[in-house]
Amino acid sequence: MTNTLASMPKGSLGTIAALGGERGFRRRLLELGFLPGTRVRLLGAAPMGDPLDVEIRGCRYSLRRAEAEQVVVEPAAVAVAAT
Amino acid sequence: MSARSTARVAIAGNPNTGKTSLFNRLTGANARVGNYAGVTVEREEATWRLPGLDVELVDIPGTYSLAARSGEEQIAVRALFGLDGAPRPQLVVLVVDSTQLVRNLYLALQLAEAQLPFVIALNLADVARKTGIQPDASRVSAAFGVPAVLVSAATGEGLTALGAVVAEALENPPKPMLALAYPQALEADLAGLLPYAEAATPGEARALSLWSILSVEEGDELLGVPVAVRTVVGAIRSRAAIAGRDPDLEIVGTRYRYLEAQDFGAAPPKAGIAFSERVDRVVLHPLSGAALFLVVMTLMFQALFAWSEPAVAMVEQAFSAVGAGLAAILPAGVFTDLVVDGLVAGVGSVVVFLPQILLLFCFIGFLEDCGYMARVAFLVDRMMKSVGLHGRAFVPMLSGYACAVPAIMATRTLERRRDRLLTMMVVPLMSCSARLPVYTLVVATVFADDSEVLGLSTRAVTMVGMYLFSTGMAILAAAVLGRTLLRGPQIPLLLELPPYRMPRLPTVLRQMWLRARAFLTEAGSTILVATVILWGLLYFPRYESPIVDVPASEDVASAAQLEHSYGGRLGQFIEPAIRPLGFDWKIGVGLVGSFAAREVFVATMGVMYGIGDDADEGSTPLRDRMKGETRADGTPLWTPLTGVSLMVFFALSAQCLSTIAVVRRESRSWAWASFLFVYMTVLAWVASLSVYGGGIWLGFR
Repeated sequence: MTNTLASMPKGSLGTIAALGGERGFRRRLLELGFLPGTRVRLLGAAPMGDPLDVEIRGCRYSLRRAEAEQVVVEPAAVAVAAT
Repeated sequence: MSARSTARVAIAGNPNTGKTSLFNRLTGANARVGNYAGVTVEREEATWRLPGLDVELVDIPGTYSLAARSGEEQIAVRALFGLDGAPRPQLVVLVVDSTQLVRNLYLALQLAEAQLPFVIALNLADVARKTGIQPDASRVSAAFGVPAVLVSAATGEGLTALGAVVAEALENPPKPMLALAYPQALEADLAGLLPYAEAATPGEARALSLWSILSVEEGDELLGVPVAVRTVVGAIRSRAAIAGRDPDLEIVGTRYRYLEAQDFGAAPPKAGIAFSERVDRVVLHPLSGAALFLVVMTLMFQALFAWSEPAVAMVEQAFSAVGAGLAAILPAGVFTDLVVDGLVAGVGSVVVFLPQILLLFCFIGFLEDCGYMARVAFLVDRMMKSVGLHGRAFVPMLSGYACAVPAIMATRTLERRRDRLLTMMVVPLMSCSARLPVYTLVVATVFADDSEVLGLSTRAVTMVGMYLFSTGMAILAAAVLGRTLLRGPQIPLLLELPPYRMPRLPTVLRQMWLRARAFLTEAGSTILVATVILWGLLYFPRYESPIVDVPASEDVASAAQLEHSYGGRLGQFIEPAIRPLGFDWKIGVGLVGSFAAREVFVATMGVMYGIGDDADEGSTPLRDRMKGETRADGTPLWTPLTGVSLMVFFALSAQCLSTIAVVRRESRSWAWASFLFVYMTVLAWVASLSVYGGGIWLGFR
């Protein structure tokens, strides 16, 4: 199974491997710095499990689960506990 | 020496960079609000006074990139290049959040590639230093070949220096030189596109070609893209797809690599968000977050619904005092009635909205400025999405329970026109406070005080039921309209959760002032005209009782006057259409009169039933007379079934001139305002017909 931003455990870090999805949205993500090789962190989710709260390059965004599933990530070797 | 010279300068930047605060700080409160051509986005312009120079500062909507897909996203690039009808700015001030340098400077890189003359204002310098970031203005300046100044809109730091840099840049425009080398295959694509790019300089043509590759695609809503460019971009993209290339990633990746190679003085990015993260552990927590959300929303609703009441009463009293004063001075007659009951009361009916508008925008201003509004959208997005609405539509929808007018104005916090329109179309279905007196009067008339349903007061159950009904209908309407007329492209949610910041009072006050002013000058004039026309409909033609020797009481005379007025005749004229709903012509007149405001229905009933226009929903004589009213066949008119049918009609119909006027103003379209009126009226008629017809069929009377 592929790891995606949506399947990451809460609080864990990962590295973006690839981006899929609808082109216009994908381009927006790229322009915000969601580039392959960039570290992302899943901070949590809204009360009903959607949308997600994601940190990348020191900025935080809310994206819906359906779109986060299009972001393929490699989990970081060591999960860093939130400090 | 000539008089002070003027220059046109644009101010641009990412959202949440304090751009608006800086704009306010530089210009004071003299903004002129216009509109960007073709899109319903406001354009603010104001004068920034520098020594010997007046700068016309144009606020460009916040954007992360020049690349666009919708007309709204395209505003920034069109305004910066002078393609939107307005002259091209001589200089751009790019406002950058010093705590998020790389992402913010992505926009600087695009301006540099386009060789637009610009200067960089590194805003939030004070916040950056507190979080351990040392933004290096000289390195930022060197990276793009333009001046950069550290500023803080909050403390005023660097603003004089910024003024000097802007004045100097207007004299000697900075010439940003930045030609990134893109991957070879992309450079070949660019070379093929260059001949079609209509631009003043080679650099601009290159930037425009890059923009086209990123932005143009089938089904976009971009304006002014030549067909040839579309064709070539299409060919480039299909070639790239065959070759397994990704032009978007090639362009954006190359740009980010350039930005990351610079040392702008950014600290490890973690430092900047640690504080907000800690706050969010409470604010976004499933329990404490939900509790806080409820408290904030209750507070806002309470303010709109209840705390605005004294101010509203004061406005009403002031205007009726002015009217009474004028009536005492002026000679009795048509002219005086026009002035007192038409004009003065009409202006009053506009001003009466101000307390709620000011309160709502005070709340919105604070919540936006401190960063909580994005969290509101985050928390409710799942729920709102299920009915096709944006998370940001929550505050307007909630405000709709108080009054649709400020609620519709609040839809401007939504970015996309489709989301705004959809919210505007359903907000008027929320049960506003003006419906409450109507419900109260009807419920008290048709249900006995001691009537009970399942051990609960029938009156109370019905009232609660009306609120549930209106909410359900609004949700249903959103679901239906969102899937049909307002389907639009499904653009996924991407919401920045900005760091928490101290809200700034001047920014909030300025928003309140701008919104109030826009309402008074634009929607207000429409409401005033419509109110005066409505007054005329109910006033003319003058009716003289044929029986002269029996002096009629004033209340009887005004009932006769209303009956014979154009409005009264209209009520009788529509009777055949409303009889199947269980209404008689007197209710018809009430429906006509309630266009001024729904609660006017109560006063109109007072006049129709000979009690006078000062009857309120608690008036026992009015209820008694209504209860005594019979149909032609001698059965009582005001049965519970008639009552419920009437309340359903009031819940769903668009009987509010002000709502229609403000929808016109916010949508910039009479078509949408008319659509709102037609669809709500049809919906109300069908629903009431079903209630009344169904009730009769089931054996209720």
